[in-house]
Amino acid sequence: MIRLTGIERVFRVGDEEVHALRGVDLAIEQGEYLSIMGPSGSGKSTLLNVLGLLDRPNAGRYELNGRDVTGLGDDELARVRREAIGFVFQFFHLVPRLTAEQNIELPMVLAGIEPAERRRRLDRLLAEYGLEARAGHRPDQLSGGQCQRVAIARAMSMGPTLILADEPTGNLDRHTGQEVMAVLERVHHEGGTVAIVTHDPEIGARAHRRIRLVDGEVVEDKKE
Amino acid sequence: MRFTDLLRFAWQVLGGYRTRTLLILLAMGIGVAAVVAVSAIGEGARLYVVNQFGSLGTNLVIVLPGRSETAGAMPGVLMGKTPRDLTLDDALSLKRSPSVLRIAPLIVGAGDVRVGSRSRETPVLGTTAEFIQVRQMDIGQGRFLPPGDPRHSQPVCVIGAKVAAELFGPRPVLGEWLRIGDRRFRIVGVLARQGQSLGFNTDEIVVVPLAAAQALFNTEALFRVLVEAKSREQIVNAKQDIEEIIRLRHEGERDITVITQDAVLETFDRILRALTLAVGGIAAISLAVAGILIMNVMLIAVTQRRKEIGLLKALGATGRHIRAAFFTEAVMLALGGAACGLAVGKLGQLAIGQAFPNIPFTAPWWAVVAAPLTAIVTSVLFTVVPAKRAAMLDPVMALSKR
Ligand SMILES: Nc1ncnc2c1ncn2[C@@H]1O[C@H](COP(=O)(O)OP(=O)(O)OP(=O)(O)O)[C@@H](O)[C@H]1O
Ligand SMILES: [Mg+2]
Repeated sequence: MIRLTGIERVFRVGDEEVHALRGVDLAIEQGEYLSIMGPSGSGKSTLLNVLGLLDRPNAGRYELNGRDVTGLGDDELARVRREAIGFVFQFFHLVPRLTAEQNIELPMVLAGIEPAERRRRLDRLLAEYGLEARAGHRPDQLSGGQCQRVAIARAMSMGPTLILADEPTGNLDRHTGQEVMAVLERVHHEGGTVAIVTHDPEIGARAHRRIRLVDGEVVEDKKE
Repeated sequence: MRFTDLLRFAWQVLGGYRTRTLLILLAMGIGVAAVVAVSAIGEGARLYVVNQFGSLGTNLVIVLPGRSETAGAMPGVLMGKTPRDLTLDDALSLKRSPSVLRIAPLIVGAGDVRVGSRSRETPVLGTTAEFIQVRQMDIGQGRFLPPGDPRHSQPVCVIGAKVAAELFGPRPVLGEWLRIGDRRFRIVGVLARQGQSLGFNTDEIVVVPLAAAQALFNTEALFRVLVEAKSREQIVNAKQDIEEIIRLRHEGERDITVITQDAVLETFDRILRALTLAVGGIAAISLAVAGILIMNVMLIAVTQRRKEIGLLKALGATGRHIRAAFFTEAVMLALGGAACGLAVGKLGQLAIGQAFPNIPFTAPWWAVVAAPLTAIVTSVLFTVVPAKRAAMLDPVMALSKR
């Protein structure tokens, strides 16, 4: 489903070049649940951004669902992001002026989906992520765990095949973190591909496939 | 993205940043209101002047002594050499023209008008019986000056309504006598209230026969001659005839100025229209200022909403989506501001109208159209840069900053 070959990502800071990713080769099958770990600055977020088509590699080839997406234009990339990829962030990134429901609705609004169809999907998502009672609340009226659940529901609203989560529990206490992980794992059980970046070994260990990055290189790739 | 969703999204942004929204609405509103109110005042002044001339009487041609090089200028500001006097005989000779219906020679001076112990300084008008028809004025009580040979006069006069009230109070005035200088006149009529008309308040004048005025002010020279052409189409002919007749009488000298109402009206119309446009344009500058304000606010919004824009991109928004959102916001602000401005401008116009009921203040249609249009165009123009900047924002960078 995903095939990365020889992915390089180089940042230029002044005269210096920072190699965030060096020759990464990675193949991910549909329905896999993988964790990406490694020291700070090892390139985890960069890899996730490349996977999510938010960032373009300087070299290498990226195939998503059998299609080469390396050379796609911005608008086409946005369309693929909209339809096939869901993001979950450490800091939730909810729009503060919008209610939980309106936040969840955003990707569907951008995709131009009919209001009636949106309403159907919203009702299902709100029920699924236990947010019915919070639908009309704004982010500042929600707990961290609830915010992250809203963010996950938002990521799922377009029925993506790939869910990318960058330290989704990094801003939550242990208990709420477990809760959020359970929600993400449910997505995996329903057949979604889930990739999680984390610093927490316990959470990393829950994944069936564990990837370790050091200095922009994949140094370990364990499958159960 | 659906259009209704775009509107709703922009609406939510406007609602989410209330103070900012209100400030821009205020700036836009003031700009639009200023254009509307200022142009309403200009247009009101124009209509007022046009009406003033209209009330002079139709088909009116004014003959005054002295040659003016600039045709159609204001009668009061005419430049000319010391002219030959315009006499009563000159005036009477104008009746020879087949295009002339009536004439009214005019002498104007200030007189000390006395009744018993009361006295009042008023403009005194010496003219003939036809004056009232030429000027299309109405008589309130009694009648106007009697017709007859203008060279001989009866000791009668017609007074303005205000003069009557001031000299006699509530007492009946018809048949009473008054004195102007050392002459006595019997009051035969009172003019109907009409108010201001071209610098004369006809409520405040005393009208006496021409010959009496000649004696009073000790002059043969006419102030001017009012001529009524037979019809609107005859005005041009009348003008030519008048010039020709006087030229022959004045040994070939073209030493009079003939003003037609149309020419005067047109000049005023042009000047005042230009003036209205100019002040409207100046007021429109405030709209440009509002546009710059919008640009600033939008640029701040791009910085302030970096994370949001990055997020929208991560969720699959294209550059076009982002730009559309910004432009929708700008247009909504402009429309809202324009609506407020039109409402306030209209209210202002009504308020000034209350203060000066004589002047017909109405914003000209072009101002009502141009002001909101300028508001929308400036706000869209000034949103181009911020919208572009937002659309080009790198989502990774935008999201990585806390
Ligand atoms: N926009 C950028 N400009 C310059 N250097 C960058 C940029 N983004 C990332 N880097 C560098 O690339 C390297 C990898 O960064 P990345 O954010 O992927 O690390 P990470 O593994 O996610 O770290 P952390 O665990 O702290 O989040 C780092 O050395 C970082 O400094
Ligand atoms: Mg990171």
